[in-house]
Amino acid sequence: MHGYEFYVDPSRCIGCQSCVEACVECETHRGMSMINFDFIDRQGTTATAAYVCWHCEEPTCAMVCPADAIKKGDDGIVHSSLKPRCIGCSNCVLACPFGIPKIFPEYEQMMKCDMCYDRTSVGKKPMCATVCPSQALSYVRPEEIAKRREKPTNVFQFGNQKIVTRVHMMVPAETDAVSLDVLDYMWEESYVAFSQPQ
Amino acid sequence: MAKAPVSLESLLDRFGPHPAYTPPGGWQDESRNPAERLVKTHCCFCGQQCGIQLKVRRNQVIGFEPWEEFPFNHGMLCPKGVKRYMQGGHPDRLLDPLMRIPQGFRTATWDESLDFTANRLKEVQEKYGKDSVAIYGGASLISEKSYLLGKFARVALGTRHIDYNGRLCMVSAGTAYKLAFGVDRSPLPWADILKAQVVLVAGANVAECAPITTDYLWRCRDAGGKLIIIDPRMTPICRNADVYLPVRPGTDMALYMGLLHVILRDGLERRDFIATHTTGFEQVAESVRAWDPRTAAEKTGVPPESIERVAHLFAKADRVIALHARGVEHQSKGVENCLALINLCLATGNIGREGAGCAMITGQGNGQGGREHGQKCDQLPGQRSINDPEARAHTAKVWGISPDEIPQAGYSAVEIMEAIHRGEIKALLSCCFNPLVSLPDAKFTQEALEKLEFFGVVDFFMSETAHHADVVLAGSLQEEEEGIGCTNEGRVIHIQKAVDPPGNAKGDSWIYVELAKRLGKGRFFPYTSTRGIYDELREASRGGHADYYGITYEKIDKNMGIFWPCPSLDHPGTPRLFEDGRSFHPDGKHHFLVTEWRESGDPVSVEFPIYLTTGRVVSQYLSGTQTRRIGVLVDQYPNPRLEIHPRLAEQYQINDGDWVTVTSRRNDMTLQAMVVKTIRPDTVFIPYHWAGKRSANRLTHRTLDPRSKIPEFKVSACQLKKAEGPPDWALASNGNGNKSEPRRGKA
Repeated sequence: MHGYEFYVDPSRCIGCQSCVEACVECETHRGMSMINFDFIDRQGTTATAAYVCWHCEEPTCAMVCPADAIKKGDDGIVHSSLKPRCIGCSNCVLACPFGIPKIFPEYEQMMKCDMCYDRTSVGKKPMCATVCPSQALSYVRPEEIAKRREKPTNVFQFGNQKIVTRVHMMVPAETDAVSLDVLDYMWEESYVAFSQPQ
Repeated sequence: MAKAPVSLESLLDRFGPHPAYTPPGGWQDESRNPAERLVKTHCCFCGQQCGIQLKVRRNQVIGFEPWEEFPFNHGMLCPKGVKRYMQGGHPDRLLDPLMRIPQGFRTATWDESLDFTANRLKEVQEKYGKDSVAIYGGASLISEKSYLLGKFARVALGTRHIDYNGRLCMVSAGTAYKLAFGVDRSPLPWADILKAQVVLVAGANVAECAPITTDYLWRCRDAGGKLIIIDPRMTPICRNADVYLPVRPGTDMALYMGLLHVILRDGLERRDFIATHTTGFEQVAESVRAWDPRTAAEKTGVPPESIERVAHLFAKADRVIALHARGVEHQSKGVENCLALINLCLATGNIGREGAGCAMITGQGNGQGGREHGQKCDQLPGQRSINDPEARAHTAKVWGISPDEIPQAGYSAVEIMEAIHRGEIKALLSCCFNPLVSLPDAKFTQEALEKLEFFGVVDFFMSETAHHADVVLAGSLQEEEEGIGCTNEGRVIHIQKAVDPPGNAKGDSWIYVELAKRLGKGRFFPYTSTRGIYDELREASRGGHADYYGITYEKIDKNMGIFWPCPSLDHPGTPRLFEDGRSFHPDGKHHFLVTEWRESGDPVSVEFPIYLTTGRVVSQYLSGTQTRRIGVLVDQYPNPRLEIHPRLAEQYQINDGDWVTVTSRRNDMTLQAMVVKTIRPDTVFIPYHWAGKRSANRLTHRTLDPRSKIPEFKVSACQLKKAEGPPDWALASNGNGNKSEPRRGKA
């Protein structure tokens, strides 16, 4: 859908798993869910997180694929592996920094979220973002997301790898990018973050 | 005798619950064919009744499509809504009437089973009197069926005893709103939540029991609104609360009185509003004088500073909404809890304006509509009182009988079961109710069912209660008859008929009409469709508080719902009540009412030192008759677990996953511990959706609120003991209903 973007906000997730179950209904992979869902630490908190594929500008899964089976469309959507090419090696599963791709052994193929290509291509929202009752997964226009308390980012720093994604993560308003390395938050190291050549 | 005829195992084997994982026609096969029709209707699984489109092919519901235009939920659904379509073609579905034989149940024809049912009801009434027969209804039924059940009890059977499972849900709030405002409805549409500056959520696990309301709370916060949450458990929405008050179970009223104390102490009340629009303020002000923050803190376990802070947030904002649900209502002082919360809203002038007021979050599928038109023991259609001579005259005229023929008020749901237990009521005809799972003190319920001389059940699946039946009449799902519901907002919605009942199953309304004929009262039930029933309901409700006269199916479709009261065909409906400053009381005033502190009916003691509270999980609905049959919903939370704080767990050397025996003054159950920091350390929690040895209601007690007659599910006393190992039910292959087929490609 033109002008719409996908936003993920775990702080709003209530753990209902409506997205997981709705994804199963999708016409292209009926009976299988492509949502990644986690209870973060149920003993300590009710926090949960539901994720779709982040659809990287330079997808690691495609880069490491020895069979050239993973393609990104002109619209920025990274698709499941091409069945005739996929050798089921799991390189993509191991390499994706977000842990998104899954191998489905009965189909000998890697399948993942394609942001409901069958729906978005005919003017509908992705299924998960339509049913999500708590705005943890949203498919809306940027001006709509600007009304939120949090703000979107799509820049992630994993060690020396900087990843820019199609899907946005909602973060506290003062944050520009998400890094998972404590070094990136230390004053002594601050010149390192985001300045590494890729 | 209504003992189950054969072993539990053989009943479960034949009738389930068996979890189904694939839609009719399979994931890859027939169900891949495009739907013939998309039917715009509503979810059946909670009081919000979200809009949804059902995909229909060859008279089967094969899937769903979000209905984004419907203004309440804009296509959003919880997992129950996503999977609701899996019931129609379910292998456990009852396709024929069943009659009890020594070997279990055999299928029967409709004539045989209906004749038998009508004859047994007549025999019992001839032998023991009219009131020896009781009717149970359900709040998940469309309003036409609720209306029909009320009329069936009073006109076809002439018994005073009809009540429904909404007695376990909404009655405390309903009673309180009638006392304070003269009417039982949330006074505001949910869109008002977006306009509030402060929203207080009391005893409501919104994320799991009313998930779509989360969207409203988050949008309110995005606009700068503050969120206050009162709950013994940190439910998922607490992570985003501005203030969280971890109230001790059963002490909510003390907290509200403490809040009002601070508001009055600091002179933050709205004197002009109180003087113009209310009565009873002085007495209430006097009654909270003793409840200073320190006293309230000692009773509730909430810090005095938090009480001060919340009182100021509440009183200094211009627009405040207080939302409440079963946490405050499922108590032996459930009505007073609601009244104390209403007193807070009245003292601060929060009623009858956009973005201001109080509202109950109705729990059941048609929780609001199901209680308005006559299946409550003390009400006639249109929310009229059965004791009011004018109401009786109006209803009698619509029904074509004399007012004297309408029986007086009867027993409420729990009281009916108690009357069965002591032998006063001898026969029961139940629809859409699974009391063996949902009533407190399950052992007592089982004893009562075994004493019945006749027990008939109308249902689409064989519930655990139906095991005790003499006859089970195969009825219909929500999507198999056309009708209306009323949502927690007071919005009347149109339930479309998507498919015919499968096999030889019949619409519930047809079953009751046929029974009425066999009881010799057919002339009072001349309906050929639910539309005919609805037209009579409109007349019967006319002039009552819940006035539906001006609401037609077509008008609902055109406007995406109409809010009652709607007294004429050109009336637009009433989304917000009391905007003219008047309540529904004859004096037009909102009534402050004094609440008096008292202890729970099952107090903690040295022997039973821990509070037990019960509730729901997001993937299950009520007694689980429907949702324990949908595989992925079962997998999401397969068995009850005991939520316990690590500090309490340590005292009993309980680790996460250990088996624990919980004993109350009634009975015990053994279940697995889930050690979490999200519950008070003096309290444990068990969800109640399961039957038999997995039923939390083995432990709960039958103390009722004296006015609403709601049981005190939220406060029991218990003791804990680490168990040696798993109980029988966890070891049996079919005892827990988890005999599952493998799910394809489950990620």
